[in-house]
Amino acid sequence: MTMKASTRQVNGVTVVDLSGRITLGEGSVILRDTVRDLVGKGSKKILLNLGDVTYIDSSGIGELVSAFTTVRNQGGELKLLNLTKKVHDLLQITKLYTVFDVKDDEATAVSSFK
Amino acid sequence: MTGNRVSYTLDSTLDSVNTAEEAAEQLAAKAGFSEEECQKISMAVREAAVNAVLHGNAYDPNKKMTVSYENTGESLVVTIADQGRGLDPKDIPDPLAPENLLKQSGRGIFLMRSFMDEVRIRTLQPGTEFTLIKRRGPAAKTKEASK
Repeated sequence: MTMKASTRQVNGVTVVDLSGRITLGEGSVILRDTVRDLVGKGSKKILLNLGDVTYIDSSGIGELVSAFTTVRNQGGELKLLNLTKKVHDLLQITKLYTVFDVKDDEATAVSSFK
Repeated sequence: MTGNRVSYTLDSTLDSVNTAEEAAEQLAAKAGFSEEECQKISMAVREAAVNAVLHGNAYDPNKKMTVSYENTGESLVVTIADQGRGLDPKDIPDPLAPENLLKQSGRGIFLMRSFMDEVRIRTLQPGTEFTLIKRRGPAAKTKEASK
């Protein structure tokens, strides 16, 4: 299953709904291009909804980290929403769970942005 | 496939990575591993295949990746070799170290070790060979015996 990304605005926050596999190649490239495009257009509050992401490999994890630092370096915030157990476990074992601000409710996540 | 060994010689492409990953999941299931264990095995194989194709062979069309799967009865042994410039295990940084936590790459071998029972790295002339071993618990043995 290829990766898909669509964006929507909720109370000033850009929510990116991702689905499929974030792996080396197309999946990682789509995520990278989407975040860079948003940052380029001035978005500083980005919420990545990973609820329909079925699989992430080490390249995908790297892309999430890169997205996080890219947004932060522009003075913005990037948070994660709706992790599946598989993705949650991956972030735990790589010690990234505490680096990212992870939410499991969209309304709470949106209102948590400064 | 108890006692059997299956080998593939593959081009240095992302399609080959997917082929190696899918074969690993199918063969692990056939060997009686649980769904969760099959996913861990296929993820580890994917990481090793990415390492071979990307970091080892650098997508060079003249270099091949070889992948072999063997069910020894006690464990599933997957060997992935490339023809690249080689890797010194001593040079692998710890991705959990605070200074490396926000680096974009460097987690592949760590994930292989997390998902498998044993990971061996051997330097070839030329290239690198990863041997990934997943031992079977009693549940997996019973599951395969009933097939």
